Amino acid sequence: MSTPRILAWVAAAIAVAALLYAPMVLRSYGVYLLALWAVTTIAALGLNLTLGYAGQISLAQGAFVGLGAYFTALTTNAGLPYPLAFLGAGALTFAVGWCLGYPALRVQHHFLAFVTLAFTTLVFLLLRNEQWLTNGIYGINDIRRPTILGVATGRNVSFYYFALVMLALFTFVQWWILRSPWGRAFVALRENPLRAASLGVDVRRYTLMAFAIGSSFGGFAGALYAPLVQFIEPNSFQLTYSLKLLLMVLVGGAGHFMGPFFGAMIDLLLPEWLRFTQGYYLLIYAAMVVVLMIFCPKGIVGGFVILRDRLFKPAPVRRPDQPAGGTAAKPSA
Amino acid sequence: MSSVLQLLASGLATGAIYALIAVGFSLLWQTSQTINFAQGEFVMVPAFFVLVAMNLGLPFPVAALVGIVVAALVLGVLFKHVIVDPMLRHGVLPLVVATIALSLFMREAVKDFYSAQAQPFPSLVADRDITIFGTVFSAQSLTVIAVAVVVVAALHGFLSHTRLGRMMQATAQNPSVARILGIPVERMILYTFLINAVLCAVASILISPIYLAKFTNGETLGLAAFVAAVIGGFNQARGAMLGGVLLGVLDNLCAAYVSAQYRAAVPLLLLVVIILFRPQGILGRAEERTV
Repeated sequence: MSTPRILAWVAAAIAVAALLYAPMVLRSYGVYLLALWAVTTIAALGLNLTLGYAGQISLAQGAFVGLGAYFTALTTNAGLPYPLAFLGAGALTFAVGWCLGYPALRVQHHFLAFVTLAFTTLVFLLLRNEQWLTNGIYGINDIRRPTILGVATGRNVSFYYFALVMLALFTFVQWWILRSPWGRAFVALRENPLRAASLGVDVRRYTLMAFAIGSSFGGFAGALYAPLVQFIEPNSFQLTYSLKLLLMVLVGGAGHFMGPFFGAMIDLLLPEWLRFTQGYYLLIYAAMVVVLMIFCPKGIVGGFVILRDRLFKPAPVRRPDQPAGGTAAKPSA
Repeated sequence: MSSVLQLLASGLATGAIYALIAVGFSLLWQTSQTINFAQGEFVMVPAFFVLVAMNLGLPFPVAALVGIVVAALVLGVLFKHVIVDPMLRHGVLPLVVATIALSLFMREAVKDFYSAQAQPFPSLVADRDITIFGTVFSAQSLTVIAVAVVVVAALHGFLSHTRLGRMMQATAQNPSVARILGIPVERMILYTFLINAVLCAVASILISPIYLAKFTNGETLGLAAFVAAVIGGFNQARGAMLGGVLLGVLDNLCAAYVSAQYRAAVPLLLLVVIILFRPQGILGRAEERTV
């Protein structure tokens, strides 16, 4: 194994150990935040699949988290067992995501961004206005935390470990998808749809698939979000939330496997670290994102990759038939 | 009947403001492929420039001019040089993120350094009602429409009847050919950013007396600008104008006749339908796609 690869494994091992050990040293709120990080990362992983790997820009991931959360809250409060509600949330968002994928077949880039943006706002309006179902702006209270395999997750620590196991599961699923022929097809679509089509990739099917799988990650994250937070309201799933998820993926590094982990961490934990600045933390956060994008437009992990290449590769080897870059989402011309 | 006319007039007033914002938005897109997610905040902020100038003791007309000039410098020149230029060669996405973060930054800056409360803002004319053919119109709506029409007409005249304007249009249509023809493309793009900032500042001065100046104003305005620009036609300033007016009228009529709760949904549904069946917009030309 090459040096950077060993370093990466060591870093991953340390990170996992730290995540497992964290509840011993953190207070309940800190554990809650880490659980929220795990849940948010699952949603961001899904968006990274749609956006970073398949190259389809989506401003609807927050809406899918909302759909998943509402579905879970409503069905479990009606008495459905949590595992079924969890799977149901995933199935529902998979189906809706598949349908939302159809516009992606017709329009690309910024137009797709606008369609998904409209979808997010429509979902918000439905959640707010259909009071008979969603209780409108008052939201849904008292969402019970489930008992998984005989372990009650009522305490933040136990829910945190549950969320962590789920994050590990979805990380594995993502890894498995990406190295499967599907994953290769997604990347082929992003890099050059015409070429992918001429090589026999079913563009239509894989575009819809990328959307549906990415959205279902959002739905699953929502199914975890509802019992974690125990109170959901339409405002949480407004356009701002979808924009935040997009920000996480791009700040972390779109199209990089580890990107969402870093992006979600910065988005959730930075405000806490900046708490000493009192009211100014959002201001500082926003300024930092702008500065990061100016100096490191491929995100944090993209920055790492550049750093690694500088440190470990003495001379850049570039074959003439392979253009440089191509790891992040392609710009639309 | 007179209530329809009234709704139409107030819808036209809102629509005229949307149109100003949407035209700037589509100009930026045409010349530099900048999708400005902070466009709403670009409209929210100039009102506060004006308020600061008035707090320094300047009378309103002077303060308004100062506001427009400061907006042109900060939201035009500074925005282009500091944020857009370094990022543009990396594609659209980093810039999208940067403008989202910028919108958050501007909102928070106004909240933290000016006020979180809605601020009263002087209006251009005293608010009274004018009766025309038995229908009561508010003087404010009529003023807004008049100012917007003058600004848009001036912009249109500038773009299509002056040498500079035509150079800018050429830049928007095909930068490479424009460069070959000896047009200083970079400077033309800078002018576009200046025009956008001025349009936003004018919209700000028109809308703030109605909605009050508040740090959250940008959210709805930005969305309206996107929708208007896409409905009308992303690559045509005329389209954005039509889109803005259409949106304003539709919004007011829907609030009155369809459902106040779902009034925000109607423009969005229209947006989706337009994108799916006529992606180039009502007045737009079909864009050639690379793939």
